[in-house]
Amino acid sequence: MDFATIFTNALTQIVSPITASYALAALGLAVHFGYAGLLNFGQAGFMAIGAYGFAISTLTFGAPLPVALLAAILASVAFALVLGIPTLRLRADYLAIVTIAAAEIVRYVVTTNSLTHLTGSANGLATFERGFYDLNPFPPGNYQVGPLQFNDRTLWITIIAWALVLLCASIVWGLMRSPWGRVLKGIREDEHAVRSLGKNVFVYKMEALIIGGIFGSLAGILFTLPTGAVQPANYGTELTFFLWTALLLGGMATVFGSVVGAMIFWVVLSLTQGILLGLIESGAITFLTSIQAGQLRYILVGIALMVLMIFRPQGILGNKKELAFS
Amino acid sequence: MQRQAKSATSQILVIMGLFVGVLFASLLQPTAAVAIERQATFQLQSPQPTPEITIRGTLRDGKDPLKGVKIIATSAKGFKGEATSDESGRWVIKVPEKGTYEVLLDVATLPADKPLAEGEPNPRVVEFGTTTNMGVIFKVGDNVAPAAASFGSILAERVVAGFSFGLLLALTAVGLSLVFGTTGLTNFAHGEMVTFGAVAAFALSAWGFPLWAALIVAVILGGALGWVQDWGLWKPLRKRGSALVPMMIVSIGLALAMRYIILFFFGGTTEQLPSAQSPLLKLAGVTISRNTLVSLVVSLVVIVAVALLLLKTRFGKATRAVADNPALAAASGIDVDQVIRMVWVVGSMLAALGGILWAYYRPGVTFNMGQQILLLIFAGVTLGGLGTVFGALVGSVLVGLMVEISTIWLEADLKYVGALAVMILVLLFRPQGLLGRRERVG
Repeated sequence: MDFATIFTNALTQIVSPITASYALAALGLAVHFGYAGLLNFGQAGFMAIGAYGFAISTLTFGAPLPVALLAAILASVAFALVLGIPTLRLRADYLAIVTIAAAEIVRYVVTTNSLTHLTGSANGLATFERGFYDLNPFPPGNYQVGPLQFNDRTLWITIIAWALVLLCASIVWGLMRSPWGRVLKGIREDEHAVRSLGKNVFVYKMEALIIGGIFGSLAGILFTLPTGAVQPANYGTELTFFLWTALLLGGMATVFGSVVGAMIFWVVLSLTQGILLGLIESGAITFLTSIQAGQLRYILVGIALMVLMIFRPQGILGNKKELAFS
Repeated sequence: MQRQAKSATSQILVIMGLFVGVLFASLLQPTAAVAIERQATFQLQSPQPTPEITIRGTLRDGKDPLKGVKIIATSAKGFKGEATSDESGRWVIKVPEKGTYEVLLDVATLPADKPLAEGEPNPRVVEFGTTTNMGVIFKVGDNVAPAAASFGSILAERVVAGFSFGLLLALTAVGLSLVFGTTGLTNFAHGEMVTFGAVAAFALSAWGFPLWAALIVAVILGGALGWVQDWGLWKPLRKRGSALVPMMIVSIGLALAMRYIILFFFGGTTEQLPSAQSPLLKLAGVTISRNTLVSLVVSLVVIVAVALLLLKTRFGKATRAVADNPALAAASGIDVDQVIRMVWVVGSMLAALGGILWAYYRPGVTFNMGQQILLLIFAGVTLGGLGTVFGALVGSVLVGLMVEISTIWLEADLKYVGALAVMILVLLFRPQGLLGRRERVG
């Protein structure tokens, strides 16, 4: 078994733009759930809206990069409003069911054959990333950073992705130390107490939903840029659940918890995959096929989510005193 | 209390260990999985290591299968594959990847007296969605009149199908609703209980059980799984005093783990239960397949039985008392834990039965079939009012009707959208649901 390759692969996962996209989407969830106590199970829907908003405005309307970005953000704001108005006044589990249903509606709508001209239905859309890579300042070629290999394209997207994560994380860090953030945390702890202080709880929750949703849609765009393709099958409920796993791993009411959680999530997936496949190839494991090895990892994800929630709900970086639920 | 919490924790550890143990035990004894796989691939020409991607269909003239008809699939990327229909009229073309294919029926190979039905596109373009199997139906024979039915008869057909679908949803919804009512848990792993019923029925019949025995044992196994779940996971969590939101997230983890365990053993293919293909019957001018009719009757009988159980028996009274106020119920001498355990067993049995009916309704058994209707079950339960059993019944039937009737106007791949959208609208105007009580809204 080639441990050097396995560890390099795992290291690649730490900095990969997909990890950055998970981190950003999980950061959105941290704003929703960790700070505002909103149970959003539809983050995959926000990601799909961002990705499709970006792709459709580029391909169908020929919008330049900034306009396409703006369109994606506005679409996710609209989605947050549509979700929030009926549900933010209701109990938490209603929001959970409504958001997961809305995310599935988004997925069905972008998959349907009747909108093929716009969304490409099940095949999705591709070649909308030109505008982004035209801005690439790195000349074509291969780059070596430590043990990691990049080409001009992957280097550019990796840098931009992590810069965006850093920017959004500092925004959240600042927001949660502002009076606005303190009110938000107050709502999480006791909504009625905050309301009795004369704050409009609904508006605060809505603002949190919108901010987290924008992070989700930006993450959705990052998710598609490395390959330059968006496919509806990627935006199922499982994506949301993986994001929750990443968030809970790191700690839900922490700024960097989502980043650390996403990194651990992908490193563990990569390591187990590498080790299992290595064992299968070397003949040490004969009772698993390589497909089953891939499935085994996701069984572990499910069990990890349960174990985390039961034994360490505050996550790795979290403080048990600051939990969104007691 | 301290000791109780400790034993609760160890019980959770036991169930986690059980999970991992089941996994590894089965790794060491791969024969069971192999047996299923062998059964799974026997209809195809040769087993393949990767999930099969196929275009398939069955050619029939009325009830008579057509043998020896040639079908050719081509893709823009240069792939060309062909198949000839066998004795049962079945044909399967394996394709290298999901994508867009042109499927052509070679008209020259059809029997002379059985031409392709009028208005049937040939060749036609098929496009893969999320599934790995693409069904293509060519209507053959002049006795098939395509799309000539009146609106009234189409509507009647959809209504019957909707009732059948709605009642099977109701079966699965009862368990979800009862568990929510008695413990407050929104159980995201309920979809996997549905899948489990269908997969167990398939595995048992593949191992040689007669169909009736396979179905009964599958339902009993479903109940046993519910018992084990409550014993090993939910009861200890309740004893620890876990809040509802963490329990809900635990149920998501459980759903993921169970779904992938099923995928691990069952594989990503679509399989059919015995006699999944059933003749069409004509009743009072409405065409309905035999299976749909049987499913309708079975769910109706079981639902009436459950209703009687809840209304007339001591267990039913105790359940309703616990749902109403657990503390008061405990104070008046009801063993709350015992009631909840029974609720899990009964709910899981109903979910397993619903899963078997769902496998006939779709038709097909897949590892994610429960996940596909979980949200519709939620829609039914929410529509009727979270936690009220009779609300769940009414809500589920409404959802079933809505899904089926909407296909008259909506594309088939959008049929679930209408039901989910209505659920969101109901929450906007009547958040407690149709039969719910106002106080349940926070």
